Amino acid sequence: MDYSSSNLFVQMGEWLSDPENWSGSRGIPMRIAEHLGYVGLTMLLALAIAVPLGLYVGHTGKGRVLIVSGVGILRALPTLGMVFLFALLFSRGVLPAVWALVLLAVPPVLSGIYAGVSSVNRTVVDAARSMGLTEWQILTRVELPNGLQVMLGGVRAGVLQVVATATVVAYAKADGLGVFLVEGTQINDNGRLFGGAVVIAAVAIAVDGVMALLQRFAISPGLRTTRPVARSQQESGRQEAVASAQGGTT
Amino acid sequence: MTSTEQASTTRPMIEFRDVTKTYDGGQPAVDSLTMDIERGKITVFVGPSGCGKTTSLRMINRMVEPTSGRILLDGQDVAEQKAAELRRSMGYVMQSSGLMPHRTVLDNIATVPRLNGVARSTARARAKELLDVVGLAPELGRRYPGQLSGGQQQRVGVARALAADPPVLLMDEPFSAVDPVVRAELQSELIRLQRDLAKTIVFVTHDIDEATILGDRVAVFAVGGRLAQFADPEEILRAPVDDFVAGFVGRDRGFRHLSFQEGEDVTIHPIETIETGRLADPSVTVNSPWTLLVDAEGRPHGWVPEATRESVTSQADAVPGGSLYTRGDSLRRALDASLSSPSGLGVTVDDDGRVVGVVRAAEVFELIEAGRLDRGRANYNTAV
Ligand SMILES: Nc1ncnc2c1ncn2[C@@H]1O[C@H](COP(=O)(O)OP(=O)(O)O)[C@@H](O)[C@H]1O
Ligand SMILES: [Mg+2]
Repeated sequence: MDYSSSNLFVQMGEWLSDPENWSGSRGIPMRIAEHLGYVGLTMLLALAIAVPLGLYVGHTGKGRVLIVSGVGILRALPTLGMVFLFALLFSRGVLPAVWALVLLAVPPVLSGIYAGVSSVNRTVVDAARSMGLTEWQILTRVELPNGLQVMLGGVRAGVLQVVATATVVAYAKADGLGVFLVEGTQINDNGRLFGGAVVIAAVAIAVDGVMALLQRFAISPGLRTTRPVARSQQESGRQEAVASAQGGTT
Repeated sequence: MTSTEQASTTRPMIEFRDVTKTYDGGQPAVDSLTMDIERGKITVFVGPSGCGKTTSLRMINRMVEPTSGRILLDGQDVAEQKAAELRRSMGYVMQSSGLMPHRTVLDNIATVPRLNGVARSTARARAKELLDVVGLAPELGRRYPGQLSGGQQQRVGVARALAADPPVLLMDEPFSAVDPVVRAELQSELIRLQRDLAKTIVFVTHDIDEATILGDRVAVFAVGGRLAQFADPEEILRAPVDDFVAGFVGRDRGFRHLSFQEGEDVTIHPIETIETGRLADPSVTVNSPWTLLVDAEGRPHGWVPEATRESVTSQADAVPGGSLYTRGDSLRRALDASLSSPSGLGVTVDDDGRVVGVVRAAEVFELIEAGRLDRGRANYNTAV
């Protein structure tokens, strides 16, 4: 592509505004769809692993140390390195890249789920157990809804990282928004390289916004109203009535 | 069949049989506890902090497992019952309401019926009734626990415990965290509720006053999880078994004990009254040193001293009175009414709050003395 200037920003703007880049199977919309497809697949796998594990550890308190150290180790792994390692060890294609992304998503999701369960007021859990809720009912009806805010925070952080990092798929297969980065570097097309980066950032912001909305609507209004209402009119009225009935003053 | 039915109506609701609980490696929190908890009565566990009251209570619904010994509920060893089912057969109220913050008040109350498979609409309808039973306005049902005051939350906690109509209620310091006015109110409402419901209630408190007000039977626990005395509240106050109980019951026990002496026999004297509406008219005079101010319904509103009659032209100018004595109430109330009154005359009212006369402290004392003589004679007779 020919640019009218050697300025990086001008090139980026021209690449982004070229209608040709917005159509066809190699255009931006198609790449976004592919990208989000990989993000979705990665998150499904990560949730399938991290949610049961996080709930179990959070609820029982067993294996807490294992989780904390495991999460630490996973966080230290370089995702791109894992893509190549998995490709060497197992197979070609996109699966090594997806599994490398799963390793990236699991730590925030796992610690979010675990922290969510732990954040639930122990008194409430104790009361629920005393009333005769089974452990499963405590988990699903008390810990899950009350820890949801924190849990979704972890999921949101995981999604955000995966959206930004799913570009690694492009190293295995010409798919997703990473393609613009790989091509841009290979053919020395800075407009494409930085334009692609801007698109990734925009997608990340949009996805995060959707997650924020989801978080908002999934939370019970009871957990949002922390305002401790002063004793209501009705109750103080009753108190006076009772105080006078119980031997107030003549 | 009939024989077991008979057995189950006469035997205690809950039986502790040599129950000991030792938490990891420590001293026993509860030490060889054996006691019977009567059906349909309020049994209070009272004692200083850390003496094993909560542990004892929580062993009943298996929230804590005993180290040794057995607990029978209606003759059945609780250890042989499924924990969750056992717990659903008992209401549980704790100090902090423990309401689920993500559910509305109605849904909180409906929790156990819902677990038992009652349809949502039925459970909610029942929850609405219970709001009324515990003295809360229906519109509070739609609120979330975070929007209620502490006292309201405790009421919801009681409603929730009652929702499945369990025969047993376990209450662990349910009124300790609310202010004294609300506490007194909650206490008298529990007594009122219990009159209709006749549940077997096990009530934990560290407050001896609360214990003697609420308890049909009071168990005083001593440090180390030892049951020091288990008796009627009246007996605990009158005849503590040892120095520990005497010390715990405290200095005011003599005065508290008056709560158990009925004031039926106390003489009620007539008292001159003046109606509030006639105060402003200076031609209406008073003829005794202290004249009682009453409204049109005959309810008391303070005193008018003869010496300063001219300056009292409205209710606001009257000398505020002391506590009221409702006819037939305990001697403690009678004594308090007379001692707290500026005239030394305890204003006595009927159940509707209308003045019926006054009582005198000196005469209340005479009755106390007479009661002491009677008891002395009774003790002498049983001793012989
Ligand atoms: N879960 C527990 N683990 C270890 N010790 C406990 C536990 N619960 C209570 N204790 C100890 O047992 C004793 C009795 O406690 P508790 O039954 O709560 O007393 P109370 O209700 O009379 O204040 C205390 O010394 C307390 O520290
Ligand atoms: Mg306690």
